[in-house]
Amino acid sequence: MTYETIMAGFGGQGLLFSGKVLAHAALIEDKELSWLPSYGPEMRGGTCNCSVIVSDDPVGSPIIAHPNVLMVMNEPSLDKFEDTVAPGGTIFVDSSLIARKVRRTDVEVVYIPATKMATDMEAKSLANMIILGAIVEKLRCVDPGKIEEALRETISARKANLLDLNLKAVEAGREFIRSQNS
Amino acid sequence: MSEKVLMKGNEAIAEAAIRCGCRHYFGYPITPQTEIAAYMSKRMPKIGGTFLQAESEIAAINMVYGAASTGRRAMTSSSSPGISLKAEGISYLAGADLPALIVNVQRGGPGLGGIQPSQSDYFFMTRGPGHGDFHIIVLAPATVQEMADMTRLAFELGEKYRMPAMLLADGTMGQMMEPVVLPGESVDPETIPATKPWAVTGTQMKREHNIINSLYLKPDELERTNFERFERYAKLEKEECRWEEYMMEDAEICVVSVGITARVSKNAIVAARKEGIKVGMIRPITLFPFPKAPLAKAAEKVKGFLTVELNMGQMNEDVKLAINCSKKVAMCNRVGGMIPGADEVLAAIRKEAK
Amino acid sequence: MAVVFQKPKALTDAVLHYCPGCTHGIVHRLVAEAIDELGIEGRTVGIAPVGCSVMAYDYFRCDMIEASHGRAPAVATGVKRSMPDNIVFTYQGDGDLASIGLCETVSTACRGENITIIFINNAIYGMTGGQMAPTSLIGQVTQTSPYGRDPKTQGMPIRICELLASLDAPAYLERVAVNSVAHVRQAKKAILKAFRNQVEGKGFSLVEVVSTCPTNWGLTPDKACQFVEEKMIPFYPLGVYKDKEKIV
Repeated sequence: MTYETIMAGFGGQGLLFSGKVLAHAALIEDKELSWLPSYGPEMRGGTCNCSVIVSDDPVGSPIIAHPNVLMVMNEPSLDKFEDTVAPGGTIFVDSSLIARKVRRTDVEVVYIPATKMATDMEAKSLANMIILGAIVEKLRCVDPGKIEEALRETISARKANLLDLNLKAVEAGREFIRSQNS
Repeated sequence: MSEKVLMKGNEAIAEAAIRCGCRHYFGYPITPQTEIAAYMSKRMPKIGGTFLQAESEIAAINMVYGAASTGRRAMTSSSSPGISLKAEGISYLAGADLPALIVNVQRGGPGLGGIQPSQSDYFFMTRGPGHGDFHIIVLAPATVQEMADMTRLAFELGEKYRMPAMLLADGTMGQMMEPVVLPGESVDPETIPATKPWAVTGTQMKREHNIINSLYLKPDELERTNFERFERYAKLEKEECRWEEYMMEDAEICVVSVGITARVSKNAIVAARKEGIKVGMIRPITLFPFPKAPLAKAAEKVKGFLTVELNMGQMNEDVKLAINCSKKVAMCNRVGGMIPGADEVLAAIRKEAK
Repeated sequence: MAVVFQKPKALTDAVLHYCPGCTHGIVHRLVAEAIDELGIEGRTVGIAPVGCSVMAYDYFRCDMIEASHGRAPAVATGVKRSMPDNIVFTYQGDGDLASIGLCETVSTACRGENITIIFINNAIYGMTGGQMAPTSLIGQVTQTSPYGRDPKTQGMPIRICELLASLDAPAYLERVAVNSVAHVRQAKKAILKAFRNQVEGKGFSLVEVVSTCPTNWGLTPDKACQFVEEKMIPFYPLGVYKDKEKIV
């Protein structure tokens, strides 16, 4: 199975980082993977996305034309990528930031009020990790347990105090999916 | 056995260079390769190496010239507009037969161009970037693993043939992360100058002075140095051509592509094979020397070639030359920072299969 | 019979290609004497420029590098950073150092690289046949200022020592001349000091030597020395422009 994930939103929402954590988890599982950021002149506030491919087979192009997983954290990103999603794919929408609904009917959609959940947890900047938790819980593209290990490796010693909060955010995303299923 | 780590292509180059015994990096910031400088600025001071942000690309390449003159493994990195500025220094390195590593993470041009990926420096690099009759070794990695492996290869080939060597990547290769196994055994930088009796390390009053120079005012002398250099290039072509063949056993169409477009092409080839189209790929890994022989061999059995590139058809010409225009060489290209999707490449393959 | 005068050991036996009356020979000798007196030949690397002294690599017995036009300070930086215990000097003319290589000159000075620069200012491009230099005097006739240097269209001459003296990093800047015995003696002291500074790790040292170009000035060697005294030195005053040792 190959998971081709695009994570998109504004710069500063931590999209490149959540992609890195996903990629690291895949590395820990010894899967094939690639991580490719969009890069532009703006450092903060501009549109931003990254493409993460996790696969059992060697990765060809790291550029994703038709993602089967889309995570969007602003409306322009939903507008831009909705039509590119492969039929049968899954779209994760931060419903506290995006008012509209997904128009496609041939994809599965998870609406998750990640930014609100993060604010309630007093971890406003960790909405990205909440959605990442939801993605891995729902799709099992990587073993959700490996996300913790990946976070421990990715978060620099300087920000070690943020590790627990990140773990909590991932867990909140996973719990969100579990509660929907029950 | 070294472990697999996750790194950006740019960072993999930097770490691999350090493990190869490179302790002298001189650079100037430019997107999309600045991670190399940033990485070096962190690591070099901790291992007794030099990271120096030069006043310009011109100064940076000349600092490399100085460090390389002392026999050390030295490097610089830049992106297309910066490489234009370095061209003078590269010509001097070639003229003085100095090995050094230059990394070019290409972006769109001409002029200031853009910052998105490109392969439009192909001619500029493969024809010897600068004035005069010369070449440099040009390596085109297509994975982060190759970014690391070819850093070592560039140092080693450069020293073996006394030539500057270039890693010619594009913005995608520099920015993407993939698992990579870095060179395990580190080279002791102190051992390298001793292997270069021509280096200017001070005579210690024990030998005649060494001179690093590219000036020959006597035409017959200058001609001799040019001839001698091109003999080395011929040997390089004979012994060091590298390429990858992918699904070529029964191929009727041969895609030729490097770097990121080779990866996009692989996806397209897999899709075309599902449609029953017999297509394969020859991916040149060395661009100078260009792997003419495998292309000429392929020309004997395929119907035609298709180059997939991020320029207006620069490598296309080299393929035509390699096969002596014996078959059609079609092209699928995007420029300016655009990258063709696998769908576009697939459509081009279908067209040639008809 | 006692030897009272001989060639410095740090010079090779190669015959200098400089024009009769040119002062490059004197300055080469002073550099070589400094190398001899400090006993550093075996660990010295010199960088030759583009210009009349392009072939200086044949004249000094130490290891030598020929640099591209104006880039000698960058090349010297690369060498010095690779071998901090070696002694590195550049020998550059006014076109090389003050025009095409000005950025490298200023930046290298600004970094306070522990190197020695010998700067030959003869107010003209010699090797290419006498064109206007950044240091050509106002009204000076050259091949590319046939009506005399006009400040309105060709700008004013640049004073390198004064320019670099505005920087914090350089350790030592002095302007000397070699048009008289007294000036040569002072030039010798300055060049020796500029090398000694490097040996002692004091940092960036530059000696500007106001020199002659009889051929392109169209003067006899004697008249050229007089021109230095009467025209050059008034615009380029001799003296120490910076000496960190003297700052309390």
